[in-house]
Amino acid sequence: MKAHALSRRDFLCSTSFVAVGLATGGSMILAPDYAWALSTTAVDSHTAQTLLVMARQLFPHDRLGDQYYATVVEAVDKQATSDAALRKLLTDGVARLDGARGIAWVQLSNGARNAVLKTEEAGEFFSTVRTATINNLYTNPLVYRFFGFEGSSVEHGGYIDRGFDDIGWLPNA
Amino acid sequence: MAKTFDLNDDSVVVVVGSGAGGGTLSNELVQRGINVVCLEAGPRLGLTDIINDNGAMFNRLSWLDKRIGTGDLNATLPLWVCKTVGGTTVHWAGASLRFQEHEFRARTVYGNMPGANLLDWPITLQELEPFYARAEDKLGVTGTSEIPRLPGNNNFKVMAAGAKRVGYKQVHTGNMAINSQPRDGRPACHQIGFCMSGCAIGAKWSTLYTEIPEAESTGRFEIRPDSMVVKINHDNSGKVTGVMYADKAGALQEQKARVVCVAGNSVETPRLLLNSQSSKFPNGLANSSGQVGRNYMRHMTGTVYAIMPGRVNFDRGTQMAGIIKDESRHDPSRGFAGGYEMETLPGFGLAGVASNTVAGAWGLEYAKVIEMYDHFAGMWLVGEDLPQAGNGVALHPTEKDKHGMPVPVVHFKDHANDVAMRNHAYKAGTAVYESLGATRVFELPPFPSTHNMGTCRQSEKAQDGVCNKYGQTHDVANLFISDGSQFTTGGAENPTLTIVALAIRQADYLADQLSKNQM
Repeated sequence: MKAHALSRRDFLCSTSFVAVGLATGGSMILAPDYAWALSTTAVDSHTAQTLLVMARQLFPHDRLGDQYYATVVEAVDKQATSDAALRKLLTDGVARLDGARGIAWVQLSNGARNAVLKTEEAGEFFSTVRTATINNLYTNPLVYRFFGFEGSSVEHGGYIDRGFDDIGWLPNA
Repeated sequence: MAKTFDLNDDSVVVVVGSGAGGGTLSNELVQRGINVVCLEAGPRLGLTDIINDNGAMFNRLSWLDKRIGTGDLNATLPLWVCKTVGGTTVHWAGASLRFQEHEFRARTVYGNMPGANLLDWPITLQELEPFYARAEDKLGVTGTSEIPRLPGNNNFKVMAAGAKRVGYKQVHTGNMAINSQPRDGRPACHQIGFCMSGCAIGAKWSTLYTEIPEAESTGRFEIRPDSMVVKINHDNSGKVTGVMYADKAGALQEQKARVVCVAGNSVETPRLLLNSQSSKFPNGLANSSGQVGRNYMRHMTGTVYAIMPGRVNFDRGTQMAGIIKDESRHDPSRGFAGGYEMETLPGFGLAGVASNTVAGAWGLEYAKVIEMYDHFAGMWLVGEDLPQAGNGVALHPTEKDKHGMPVPVVHFKDHANDVAMRNHAYKAGTAVYESLGATRVFELPPFPSTHNMGTCRQSEKAQDGVCNKYGQTHDVANLFISDGSQFTTGGAENPTLTIVALAIRQADYLADQLSKNQM
């Protein structure tokens, strides 16, 4: 990331992220409280921010902060750095989302965002982002522990002494 | 004392593949004093390479060379099998069930099923029983001999409680090739979970750390990892003389042999035979019947997940140590021939549950389903599917892999009997969980196939199949089929124990033939 290459700065009020476009073509997105930042190299700030909102729209969990969805964008951006077809798929996909109702997709209401996504459901852009969200969001230990998946157990001696059979609510007969 | 053999040493038996069939056969042969070279397409891992990470181990173990699935199969990953020393025994769950008596006589018992290519096995349960006993002893199968069953985990306890409510009687933690107590220098199960990512402590039987090192210690065995066999050679008389394989560097080598035994799982085995076509065998080796690559079976499968009223944590503990056997009988009054087993199955982590519970789903409602992850219970339904002549393995006419070998095209369509059985099984599984107040139940379609059978089947008559009741091909006396490809029918049971029993039996036969100089 070349921070000195900042050329443009715009605030995307609808979601209150701070999105910074970089002359290199990449971007940096800052959390409203500057607690975390997402930087991209292949996709621009608008595409990055749209993908972030889309990841949450696909699998919305109140318990998860945006920084976890940001890792999804980081992962696809990293891939797109060496995959021009993927970069085009993402950029074109976001352009289609924006074109659907004549205003930026991220600025639509929740219901309208879902309705537009529905029209993309059968396409490769949608399935790529959906798969990337599953594979990056739900494999993050900081995320899956929120949901009760406990991850690797061998280093703890498995569950033989840690509740493999601790169920308590089953009826006796 | 691992030994190395010369490429021109034509006194060795070459075994292709090192899994349940090839790994077992190799060890059984060297224990009988026979020299064996085992060629394994995948790399050799150690226990320290096995970690509790579903995604990482999938990539490390799986056979990911291009295969094309058609019909009902996943198009890009039709099978979920392994390319590694130990083969699919590194990944398998450990369920070790004997076939039932009637399953060896499927054609006779089920009758003429339109669209099916049913045939009785040339072997009976009675003939195989002593070899089942030896296989169970080798694998240390729980619930056999004096070996206690494994303790039940939460996912089993849910299934067992529901089974009791709906009236099932045959419910227990299974017959598992996973140590319930230390045995054979391997520890007892620690209830780690992740069985199908490889057992990190070696409590589950795998040829990787049982048969293969045991064979090496005899000084009569060489395993060559990263060695992909592409062709079987033969002489003018039609006997096989050795194999061509691509070594780790991709260079073609020829290993001479007096006998070749093929155990590459049910896609690679027929692929190799078909790719060994010659002017003498224009349709592929051992294929005068035209049955090589046909009658591919993958078991009727399906999965039921349920969101239960309380926490389950179904990823904790032994993944498949739990079974309901009541539906495994043949009872045509249910509307289908053959039967199915109901076995515990967890979720392969949060990403696995999100991917698989409802294919393609997204949005708020589905996010709330995923949030109930720790309340999930799950079972796998696995039953007999019918052999069909049109289901099978063919070589792609133009597309080749990096060794110049045609890419395999695997085709499978359910028979109406398979569909009727799956629908019955979904209902039965759902009833188990609903009896305990499940709030949501999900019926998942088959995963990429883990049980692959039948593409070089045993038959009494040479015209009906590829090999005889010892796995010896009808056409070529010194060529053997040594894996699940030789299954005439699939039974309801997980296939590994039967593969191992057949491999032990084949070793007895082969050693006897070699001692009489009959090869």
